[in-house]
Amino acid sequence: MDALILTIIATSIPLLLAATGELITEKSGVLNLGVEGMMLSGAVGALGATLWLGNPYFGILGGAISGVFMASIFSVFTINLMTNQVATGLGLTIFAAGFSGLAGAPLVGKTVPSLPKIELFLLSDIPHIGDILFKQDLIAYLSIALIILITFFLNHSKSGIVLRAVGDDHNSAHSIGYPIKKIRWLATCFGGMCAGLGGAYIPLVLTPHWSEGMTAGRGWIALALVVFASWIPWRVIVGALIFGGITIAQLVGQARGWPIPSQILSMMPYLATILALTIISGRFSKNKSSVPASLGKPFIDTP
Amino acid sequence: MKKILLLISLIVIGVLGYLYTQEKSKTEVSKSTSTSTKVGFVYLTTPGDHGWTYAHELGKQMVEKHFGDKVTTSIVENVPEGPDATRVIRELAQQGNEIIFTTSFGYMEPTLKVAKEFPNIKFEHMTGYKRSPNLATGNIRFYEGRYVQGVVAGLMTKTNKIGYVGAYPISEVIMGINAFAQGMRSVNKEASISVIWANTWYDPVKEADAAKVHIAEGADILAQHTDSPAMLQIAEKNGVLGFGQSTDMSAFAPKSQLFSSVNNWGPYYIEKIEALRNGKWSTGEGPDHWAGNKWGGFSTGMLKLSKFENMPDDVKQKAEEIVNGIKSGTIKIFAGPLMDNTGKEILPAGKEMDDGSLWGMNYYLQGVDGKIPG
Repeated sequence: MDALILTIIATSIPLLLAATGELITEKSGVLNLGVEGMMLSGAVGALGATLWLGNPYFGILGGAISGVFMASIFSVFTINLMTNQVATGLGLTIFAAGFSGLAGAPLVGKTVPSLPKIELFLLSDIPHIGDILFKQDLIAYLSIALIILITFFLNHSKSGIVLRAVGDDHNSAHSIGYPIKKIRWLATCFGGMCAGLGGAYIPLVLTPHWSEGMTAGRGWIALALVVFASWIPWRVIVGALIFGGITIAQLVGQARGWPIPSQILSMMPYLATILALTIISGRFSKNKSSVPASLGKPFIDTP
Repeated sequence: MKKILLLISLIVIGVLGYLYTQEKSKTEVSKSTSTSTKVGFVYLTTPGDHGWTYAHELGKQMVEKHFGDKVTTSIVENVPEGPDATRVIRELAQQGNEIIFTTSFGYMEPTLKVAKEFPNIKFEHMTGYKRSPNLATGNIRFYEGRYVQGVVAGLMTKTNKIGYVGAYPISEVIMGINAFAQGMRSVNKEASISVIWANTWYDPVKEADAAKVHIAEGADILAQHTDSPAMLQIAEKNGVLGFGQSTDMSAFAPKSQLFSSVNNWGPYYIEKIEALRNGKWSTGEGPDHWAGNKWGGFSTGMLKLSKFENMPDDVKQKAEEIVNGIKSGTIKIFAGPLMDNTGKEILPAGKEMDDGSLWGMNYYLQGVDGKIPG
């Protein structure tokens, strides 16, 4: 059982990281649909850095930098040149998918050492819980720390409130003197960094090799998770675990011969996402919503 | 000013997109001489260095080595299955290629369509079942390798639980599972196979998850009919054993890979190109079903096994005996009496299953747990 729970957690972490980053990006009013692309470049960057410098911790750095690089391309277009965010985001994914394939060509067929597990003093010795929660790798700990920090940042820090103001009404925020473009640049790059880390987790921990398109659509799930979580950070953890849990449950069901067709089980995570979307949008549309009101709207500072 | 900037950025995106698609369907043409035969190849993905397309790339390299400057090869890689494939195949036909190999099942309709438009050009499609006077099909008896895997797994397993990851429940994959079961039961009647369908050919993370679930459920030997080396890497990490797919994957799992079935398309390509150059090309005599005009296994050299590793010498020896037995025909993989896993008789004793019935398999034989979905 412990092994299965560990598998669920491992499957959830790339989704968790990418969705957390996207949440901050969207809170600033920028809709970046390029998550899948940023994850792919994070994966290739992580593997490249690990092979080059010989240590998976450099891979974490490499993944984050690659993600930020892709996000900054997106920022130049959408924030400075005010292009359509949806089209640019889709373009970014297509571009990054091809670019990562090109950059990754020399890495094909190479394997890297996995990220080591870190045992926390005493905590790791607790039966079951210690094995599951306190024998994880650095990225896993980091992702949980990130959620806690972001919750605090958005609700209790001045800069977090400024970020939300920018995402909700950029004209008002601009009129009282906040640098809209700078804030959005930072938020988008943070999103890129997280997506890059999420992508890096795949070759550094899950399957230590590079092959083209290895994220296989997880970026799109991360985008759905942000909506599923209705832009509230802790719910991203719940969503990611539900998604990972159903994915693993359908595999276990097949191995144990549960009398449910595997195709239906394969559909379940997506059905669950749509169901959650429907419930949330129904419940929140008339009430006070945490949807950033300026989401997807370009900010034009008329001189 | 802003509008101009917007326009410029749209153009830049457009150009990037264009460059990207160009990069994706990159055509490489090697040096051409006047008397050489022009040969075209269509690949599903970039060849990389493992898996399905790489096996075809190795076949193409064998062609180049064998014929030297008597052939000129062109390849188009990363061609999606569907309307795009039609365009690419037609382009290769218009460029004057005399024989075109399309190397994925999903190119079946596009190849057929273009074959009708160019009756003077020969087409070879792996691994479909539709053909025309200038369109032949080829396939490999992959299941022969699976039988050997089954024998080795049956001898090596300690928990008597084999974890199998399949792509989709189609007859080609089911045939492989059943052949594996036949091999396993020939040496070990206690063991059973548990199958997880990934419902994808390629998703490293999902394949890895399926492998982890199998191990958590107690399997100590893993087999796969999906494309990435992820499953073997998980086997290596957890200290269990497994088999690779399509090409030798021991680089990914030096301590875990028992062996891989290796698809060896080269001899088939060489044979068909030779025939074309001598004016003797024909679709062949193959029966009218999925098997293809040419369905070759160990005996034709189209299927090979990588080095036997991580197993004791007596198992190695046994595996080699089995390969030779299949090659010489003394071992019949699907010979009666055959029972499905519910106990229903499929084939009475003394009979052997014909190729057509192999492609009609929609049941698990004894030794496999569970039910085929759908």
